[in-house]
Formats: sequence, structure tokens, C-alpha cells
Amino acid sequence: MQDESGVLTGAHFIDGDHACSEGAIAAGCRFVAGYPITPSTEVVERIAERFPFVGGVFIQMEDEIASSIAIQGAVWAGKKAMTVTSGPGFSLMMEHIGYAAMTETPCVFVNVQRAGPSTGLPTMPAQGDMMQARWGSHGDYGIIALCPNSPQECFDFTIKAFNLAEQFRVPVMLMMDECVGHMIERVVIPPPNEIKVFKRRYYRGKKKDFLPFKPEKDLVPPMIKAGDGYRFHVTGLTHDEKGYPSMTVGTQAKLVTRLSDKLKVNEDKIIEYREDGVESAELIVITYGITSRTAIPAIEQARKEGMKIGHLRLITAWPFPAKRIHELASKVKAFVVPELNLGQMVYEVERHAGSGVKVEPVSHAGGTVHDPKEIYTAIHRLMKG
Amino acid sequence: MADDVLYTVEAGVPQNPIEDLLRMDRIPHIWCPGCGIGSTVNCFIRGLQASGLDLDKVAVVSGIGCTGRVAGYLKLDSFHTTHGRAIPFATGLKLANPELKVVVYSGDGDLIAIGGNHFIHAARRNMDMTVILINNMIYGMTGGQVAPTTPISATASTMPHGNYEPAFNLPHLAESCGAVYVARWTTFHVRHIIKSVKEALLKKGFSFIEIFASCPTLYSRRNKLGDGLDQMIYFQENSEIKNGADTKSVGVDFQGKIIVGKFVDIERPVYHEAMYGHLKEKYGEEYMPSDEIKEFISGQNGD
Ligand SMILES: Cc1ncc(C[n+]2csc(CCOP(=O)(O)OP(=O)(O)O)c2C)c(N)n1
Ligand code: SF4
Ligand SMILES: [Mg+2]
Repeated sequence: MQDESGVLTGAHFIDGDHACSEGAIAAGCRFVAGYPITPSTEVVERIAERFPFVGGVFIQMEDEIASSIAIQGAVWAGKKAMTVTSGPGFSLMMEHIGYAAMTETPCVFVNVQRAGPSTGLPTMPAQGDMMQARWGSHGDYGIIALCPNSPQECFDFTIKAFNLAEQFRVPVMLMMDECVGHMIERVVIPPPNEIKVFKRRYYRGKKKDFLPFKPEKDLVPPMIKAGDGYRFHVTGLTHDEKGYPSMTVGTQAKLVTRLSDKLKVNEDKIIEYREDGVESAELIVITYGITSRTAIPAIEQARKEGMKIGHLRLITAWPFPAKRIHELASKVKAFVVPELNLGQMVYEVERHAGSGVKVEPVSHAGGTVHDPKEIYTAIHRLMKG
Repeated sequence: MADDVLYTVEAGVPQNPIEDLLRMDRIPHIWCPGCGIGSTVNCFIRGLQASGLDLDKVAVVSGIGCTGRVAGYLKLDSFHTTHGRAIPFATGLKLANPELKVVVYSGDGDLIAIGGNHFIHAARRNMDMTVILINNMIYGMTGGQVAPTTPISATASTMPHGNYEPAFNLPHLAESCGAVYVARWTTFHVRHIIKSVKEALLKKGFSFIEIFASCPTLYSRRNKLGDGLDQMIYFQENSEIKNGADTKSVGVDFQGKIIVGKFVDIERPVYHEAMYGHLKEKYGEEYMPSDEIKEFISGQNGD
């Protein structure tokens, strides 16, 4: 009998990459396909080591294109599956992120971000793939992206990523970065019965004339899998509820709208952020991933000097908490958005903040983390200037 | 013109023995009159029926192209994936549940140009799947561009002055990479295809069938080779059955001789069995294969 949990309950001192592997195992992931790339490789190395003892199959494919579609084959045969990569590999996976979105294949893409473009700085951190995660494949679709800032969160959010993928049948991206991936910290893995794992929802109805892509109330159709006698069809072409190609303007509108709407109507169940001192704040620093940690000394310094500074940290970069940003915009004079890129999520903040509030990026080309002084300087200038 | 009617089909009553395996609610299909792809589907279904396999456990995976549409017409679990990536998708299906008989059915451009890397690696691994490749020597779906299988001197929309790139000899490629079963036919060889499909489906490991088929609309017309029937006559008059032929010698020139037959039928360790066997030997009871792999392999071993 296969070990249902494979969970390494206890306290560990491991890096974010290894914590991600353990999170995947705890979430019930039993198929991983990957292709080595720094700084993500340790994730698949640990999976390769561990999987033979927990009933999993790991395969190192010939490239990231293959990895990102092999996992989807495994999902349609009943497995929970993920692939793991970094910038150059993530770029190669884009077509299959769209395929997962279009075919509503629940799966997880881990991107341990490094500085780009191209080969860039293979061993150094960045957050340069945030827009690519959202928009990288062609066409309109929705995805979910989570941003951990510690090895503990790499564990926790990997589980969360699988749960969200299953619940909404979308590709979910775990947007780590080199710093979080290679940082070693204490990671507490709870006993299996304390870990919430979302079980795949399967259609169990009649086999004749059923509609595999007919959504339920939450706009998400239940899954089916190969080998169960349903004789279903899956295509990346625009398709009707039967799953058959139907290349009409009407079907396109209905399908593509639902693929987006299923995340919109369920937004409150998906979007997560952490707030600290935002209610009384005059300025809010908006962060995600590793930047949420480098911003803290800057925020504390400013507070010490009597400035009213709030901190809003995105857990889900996508979907973006537009409503909350809009609400807060009327209460503060500025948002400061430090990112390890030349300005990506800051566009989203600007878009939803409106014109009454100043939005200031603290850009960084990547390769290391921010010096908190850079963030402090921006805060200080906006508060006192 | 009642005299022209060869047979009649009463509405709703299955007449054709392959109808059970077709999604009749999707007929008429998209293929042109005289296109060879449909004939290969007919042969595939008959071969599948002859194999006696449990049809609920057969999954067909296609890439993109005219041939890529095959998956969508078969009443089986069927996947129309992305261009060139049917094989890695099929790899995921197979490794997740080895009980599935996985068939990849796609075009020459799909499997050998954009998907060539996956093809050679799946053959090298001896991944347990049957790959059926329809070689119409052209990219059909996109309008007749040159393929890695277009013979020298044929013209194509992106080789308007005549092709000067050498074509792949696919049986040789497949054999060199490790395929355990390699056969080639043309759409003229209906019975042979059926037999090969059956054999390939029942063969463990990476089995490969190349079928030459006509594309009258784009390949034949541009090359002034007539229609689908003319291409069939070419297949009939210029193919020679040579079972066991050295695959090195079976390259095809423009309108030249086509050596057909079963070229390779050997045994090599199959990927998932090699994985299971190796880990079991190394770790004994500590090794925990997935339920699907364990049940499938112990079922095969009769324990
Ligand atoms: C990534 C990508 N590139 C290009 C295409 C366009 N495209 C669709 S089918 C095809 C060629 C198909 O040729 P082949 O596999 O020989 O199939 P046939 O139509 O001849 O059966 C191409 C280039 C695509 N769909 N996706
Ligand atoms: S274009 Fe060629 S390959 Fe495509 S359906 Fe028509 S004849 Fe067949
Ligand atoms: Mg072709």
C-alpha cells in the first residue's frame, strides 16, 4: 500500500527548495517532471531522492517544454503533479501554462526566480517574472501565483498551491526566488492529520452524453480521468461543454470568459495578503516574496522616527487584491513598492490606486536583495518631502 | 443518380463496424476528399479491435495538424495537445497509470520537426507507447510548408524553388534511437497496417509505425502529382515489401521507391519496468512504487 502522506513531521533546518519538495509530498503530489536549472534544481533533486519511498514517480525530461506537458498527462491519469524551473525554463513552459488554463488541468509550476533576461544571473535572485507568470502565455486566461518569503512558507504555500489548483482547476505558480530557495531556516512540518489537503473533485455521474466541461455553481467543472470508461476528449482548441472543438465566436466568448470569471467570482476565497499597521498609516509599503523581509528594517526605522507606515504584503500576487488597494488608496498619501525588478507589480498598484495617491516604485535590477536603506529613503522622501 | 449510391446507411443504425470507436457526433470530419489520414484511422480502429485490448484503458494522444485531429474523432479517452508535444504528454499519462495503453497519433511535422527531441528520447527510454506517424511529406494543416520528411526536389510553399534539405529516414531514426518495433506502410497497405497496429499495440515498449499517406490538396497538387487516387497508384506501383530490411537502406526519394514492411521487432527493458525492477532490487520492501505501478507490474507477473 502506498503511504498516503509521506509527510516528514517534525522540525527541520532546510532551505526553501527542499521545503518546497516536502510541501509537494505533503500535498499529495506524486508525479514530478523537471529539467535541471539553477536555482531550482534542489527541489527536483530532493523529489528524486524521496519519491521512491512515498509512491511517487519523478522523471527528468529532455527539456522544460516536455516537463510542463508531461505533468499534465499525469494529471489526466489521476495524479497531482508539478514541475519546477527558473527563468529560462519558465519561458519555455509558457505554451503549456496556456494549455493547462484552457483544458483546466490542475497543476503546479514552481519558479525559483533568478535575474534575467536570458541566462542573466543564474545564481542570484530577482522577481522579474511576475508579469510573465500572469500574462506569459498567449490569449486571455487566469492563473494563481503565490509568493513565499521563507523556507517555512515554501512548504506551506506549496501545499496551498496544490489545493488552489485542485479547487479551481487552474495552473498555480509558486513564485519563489533564489534567496528564498537557498535560505536555510527552521521549517516545522505538522503531522499529516493537521495538513489540509484538497481532494480532487471527480465527476461520478453517467457515462453517456455527459458534459465534462460543464461547470458547477462555482464555475469549475469536476475532473475526470483516463481509464475510467468515460471516453472523453480534451483539446486546447476552443471547446464546448462536451469538450469538443467548437470554433465559433459564441463558444470562445463563453469559454474564455468563464476561465477568467471562475477566479474572479471566487476571488475572496483565493486572495490573501498580510497587513501590519495599515489602518492608521499615512504611507503603505507593498511587498511580496523576499522583498517583504528586506522592507521590514526600513519600515521599523521610519516608525521609530514617528512616521505612520503600514506594510501590506501580497501572498497571492495573482489574483491581485485590487479592491483592497483601491480602499487603502483613499486613506494614505503614498504607496511604496519595492521589487527586485524594474517595476512590475507596481503597475498593478498604480492601476487600482487611482490618481489621488502617489505610487513610488523602489526598483532593483536583481542579483541581490534591496538594501533596506533604499526603501527607507523612498519612505522618508515621500513623508517629509 | 441512384445508380451512383454504393450503399445506404439507415439513420441512427450503426452500419460500419468501426463506428463504435468513432465520435459519430463529430462527423463529417475536416479532412479533404482524397486525404489519406482517414484511411489510416479506419485501419487503426480495425487493428485496435483485433488486439482485444480493453478499450476503456486505451488513451490516444495527438499533437497539432491535420493528423493531430485524429484524437478528436476517436471514441476513446483522447487528448489533442500542443504542437509537437504529444509524446511527453503521453509519457505523463503512462507513468501515472501504466495500465493505460497509450497511443500517440500525429503528423510528420509534429512528431519529427517540433517534436523531434521528444521522439528520440521516448525511443531511447523505451517508453511504453505506440507511435503512429502519418507521413504526408508536408505540413498539411498550415498550408503545405516543407517538412523534415519532404523529399529533395519536391516543392512546398516555403520551398517554392524545390527542396534542397535532405529528409529524415524515419525507420532508421527510430531504430537508432531504440524503438523495439518499427514498421512502415502506405495507405495502399490496408491489411498490413491493421496487422502492424495490432502487433504494435500488443508489443511492450516504444513501437513505431510510419504510414505514408496522400495530401492531395497541398503536396500532390503543388507537385503536379494528380489527386488522391494518383498518389495511391504511386504507392501501389512503387512500394516493395521487404520485412526485416536494413533500415539504413529505406530512405525515400521524390516519387521514388518506398520500401515497406516490418523492420524491427526486438526486446529491450521497458522504462517503467526498468524503474520498478531497479528500485525493487536496490531497496526491497523499502521501495514504495505507486499503487498503479505496483498493481500493474504484479498483475503482469501473475503474483
Ligand atoms: C507552437 C506551434 N507552432 C506552429 C503551429 C502551427 N502548426 C499547426 S499544424 C503544423 C504542422 C503540422 O504538420 P504535420 O505534423 O505534418 O501534420 P499534417 O497537417 O501534415 O497532418 C504547424 C506548423 C502550432 N500550432 N503551434
Ligand atoms: S490538407 Fe492535406 S493532410 Fe490536411 S486534410 Fe487536406 S489532404 Fe489531408
Ligand atoms: Mg504532415
